[in-house]
Amino acid sequence: MTQWFPRPTQISRRRFVQGLATGGVLAATPAWLQASILGTTALGSAPELSGREINLVIAETPVNFTGASRVATTINGSIPAPTLRLREGDEVTIRVTNRLTVSTSIHWHGIILPYQMDGVPGISYKGIAPGETFTYRFTLHQSGTYWYHSHTAFQEMTGMYGALIIEPKESERHRTDRDYVVELSDWTDDDPMHAFKKLKVQSDVYNFNQPTFPDFARDVSKMGLQAALEKRQMWNRMRMNPTDLADLSAATFTFLMNGTTPAGNWTGVFSPGERVRLRFINAASNSFYDVRIPGMKLTVIQADGQNVEPVTVDEFRFGPGETYDVLIQPEDDAYTIFAQSMDRSGYARGTLAVQQGLSAPVPAPDPVEWLTMADMMGSMDHGSMEPGGMDHSSMNHEGMQQGSMDHSSMNDTAISDAGMDHSKMSDGNAMDHSQHAMQKSPLAVPSQSVNHARTEYGPSVDMRVDMPRTNLDDPGIGLRNNGRRVLTLADLKSADGVLNDSRPPVKELELHLTGNMERYSWSFDGLEFGKSTPVSLGHNDRVRIILQNDTMMTHPMHLHGMWSDLETDQGELLVRRHTIAVQPAQRISFLTTPHDVGRWAWHCHLLFHLDAGMFREVVVS
Amino acid sequence: MRYANMNLVVSLLVILTVFHTNPAWPQSNHDSMNMQDDSMNMQDASMNMQGGSAPDDARDPNAYSDGYTLTQGPYAQTGPRQLKLADEKAFWAVLGDRLEYNTGSKSTVYDLSGWYGTTYDRFVVKAEGDIADGRLEESQTDLLWGHAVSAFFDTQLGVRFDQYDEGKNRQWLALGMQGLAPYWFELDVTAYLGSSGRTALTFEAEYELLFTQKLILQPRVELNLNGKNDPENGVGQGLSDISAGMRLRYEFTRQFAPYLGVEWSGTYGDTADYRRAAGEQAKDTQFVAGLRFWF
Repeated sequence: MTQWFPRPTQISRRRFVQGLATGGVLAATPAWLQASILGTTALGSAPELSGREINLVIAETPVNFTGASRVATTINGSIPAPTLRLREGDEVTIRVTNRLTVSTSIHWHGIILPYQMDGVPGISYKGIAPGETFTYRFTLHQSGTYWYHSHTAFQEMTGMYGALIIEPKESERHRTDRDYVVELSDWTDDDPMHAFKKLKVQSDVYNFNQPTFPDFARDVSKMGLQAALEKRQMWNRMRMNPTDLADLSAATFTFLMNGTTPAGNWTGVFSPGERVRLRFINAASNSFYDVRIPGMKLTVIQADGQNVEPVTVDEFRFGPGETYDVLIQPEDDAYTIFAQSMDRSGYARGTLAVQQGLSAPVPAPDPVEWLTMADMMGSMDHGSMEPGGMDHSSMNHEGMQQGSMDHSSMNDTAISDAGMDHSKMSDGNAMDHSQHAMQKSPLAVPSQSVNHARTEYGPSVDMRVDMPRTNLDDPGIGLRNNGRRVLTLADLKSADGVLNDSRPPVKELELHLTGNMERYSWSFDGLEFGKSTPVSLGHNDRVRIILQNDTMMTHPMHLHGMWSDLETDQGELLVRRHTIAVQPAQRISFLTTPHDVGRWAWHCHLLFHLDAGMFREVVVS
Repeated sequence: MRYANMNLVVSLLVILTVFHTNPAWPQSNHDSMNMQDDSMNMQDASMNMQGGSAPDDARDPNAYSDGYTLTQGPYAQTGPRQLKLADEKAFWAVLGDRLEYNTGSKSTVYDLSGWYGTTYDRFVVKAEGDIADGRLEESQTDLLWGHAVSAFFDTQLGVRFDQYDEGKNRQWLALGMQGLAPYWFELDVTAYLGSSGRTALTFEAEYELLFTQKLILQPRVELNLNGKNDPENGVGQGLSDISAGMRLRYEFTRQFAPYLGVEWSGTYGDTADYRRAAGEQAKDTQFVAGLRFWF
């Protein structure tokens, strides 16, 4: 599998990126594996299983996405795995049989359940040994769109992921005529551990958007030698790459939508005028996606399975682990669902059409944008700079002549504190923050003072942010000022009744997301999992957790077993999530109430970051 | 002259020892207060983002554990810890920086290295040599323990074996630093201590200039200093030689890149005299063709 020699019969670039039109799981799913298949006519859609008893079998299955045959690990022989459609309030029994030669597991992502059922080997249980059947039994106390996947080694990356839909006990909040799961993932023909090892040897091995000498020459002719040098100086001095947007790219990945390559064009059928619900799940191992449907507004109604006040956007970004449900009302014959990877190296793509076989134009991926100084250093109006003394226009010309950073995005990040409209933030209740702070406990507002751990000063950490940005209204690199309305965390407000714990926190924990790109090591507070100790939380305590990102990558942080109730930097609760993407140099905070005792996993859902050590255990007792 | 060189080598050993105990390089603690220019301000702020040592009031990374560990405390799985991630895994790599044919001397040069170990502690092998007429004319092989001391640098401690087809083999103790310096310079500096008070110092620096994502120019320079004359091996004290090369490679894959290049080399002082006495030129420019690879 080592491909350091050029392969004698190179797969054409186009075929590699686009994939095979007919690719996918080769072996037909044996009928005996399928409890109750409701079946759809759409290509590439997973079979659906429902009821209170489900049987899943994990085995190796041959696949061919690129023209090269590979072995996948699959659940009931399909990629994605069967969509489980369950009902809120039901106690479900799910028997998982392991037909692999190695141990396996299944984790129910976003489901609140007893820790023994959470499916993380070594934390919740021992895992499922070869030949064994493990019986999961738990009661569903929630509804919405979730997913499930292996939590063992890199099995998720080789095919073990599927949608988990829980229908509400009461009727759905929004009436819909059609309902599609749109599950995005990524596939590599390489052995995942071999891909990981390559990053360990050369961490930019998959980055083919690196700054070049001709780029520099172009900048010199455009902006002059001094400005071109300044644009690069900090990156070069700090040994940071401004195009380090994804560790793995289309150089090894084929991006999939519902287990279908871009050439395969997964298609969902609708009738004009119907209200269609799309349940977007990012089941990728290592890829953030920027999703849009050109010509259509997307009304986001759920985030991570939880109802939100509907918000209409053109586009959203989501990382592995996150889900968004959107409503659309298509009128034309065909639309493209376009999901470009954050590093712009490729895309997953499918079609919504009035019949199979139609397609709409597929946009080109957006140009690659350099990370900005805000992504490296956070908010620059704190700390060393005199308050109120910053002239943004001069800043823009003298300090921020970074090409990719324009004035308006600077405003977004740098003046969030001064420029925030507080009355808007608190839903019409005009609030005086000095008063607010006096009336409430010292923990009413998340702490702004940065405390680096002492273990952040060693070889495991290549940068620390002293002036993090705390605003939540930044769509992120590559999406700023792109002419489209892009969803941000600040847009998400949990619907009535979702955020059901309004107690102030009893304690505040601050942890930093850290890494060393050159060594390809990722961690919390500079300590990889093997060197870490658990985070201990009191049963049913209301606790604030501050996560500060001391890296230049966005990390989708997934806390098992309890909700993450995101708040603003003024302590106002916004939205309930199970996975929160923390942007570079950003400091966010959320409240959580661990209702279930036990040990839980907490990690970056970029699978390679997880495995490199950005993983903590949480003890609730 | 000789003592000056000895001093240089000893100073380097001292500096390396300081790095070993204080992994704070590059440590920057500039005072930004007087800087007027915003861009200077930002750059200065960025100076504190890397390296440095933890302040006394730095947060305790285990402060939230209540004394529990991954294997002890409530609800821990019984038995030895089962969950081990890649941070506890050992990896290995073989890197062929230069494997080339030198058109002038009609010899083959190899410059290979390899490592096995974790992120922070590795067994490192470096091997360099010349093969001509099917014979290994001379070679240097370092066996080292590499230990991460800062975000971008490892110290390396071990031994070096020099082999000469016509000459006298030497053994050395080695202490060095290898890593990535600001502005993307790959540096490798090693001080050597041999028998009979022999000392040596090697310095290597490499840089990469991308013309495209696959066409890459790599300038490279190497310096060797010695504390003592070694006439048997044609090595004089002081600055014995400098070589500087430019190699243009095309990365068919990141791991497989043939190249063409030019290598200039010069010998100095007694080394140059030994060369001339042997009927060779003290300075030389040659074309090379080779392969860079790793796996």
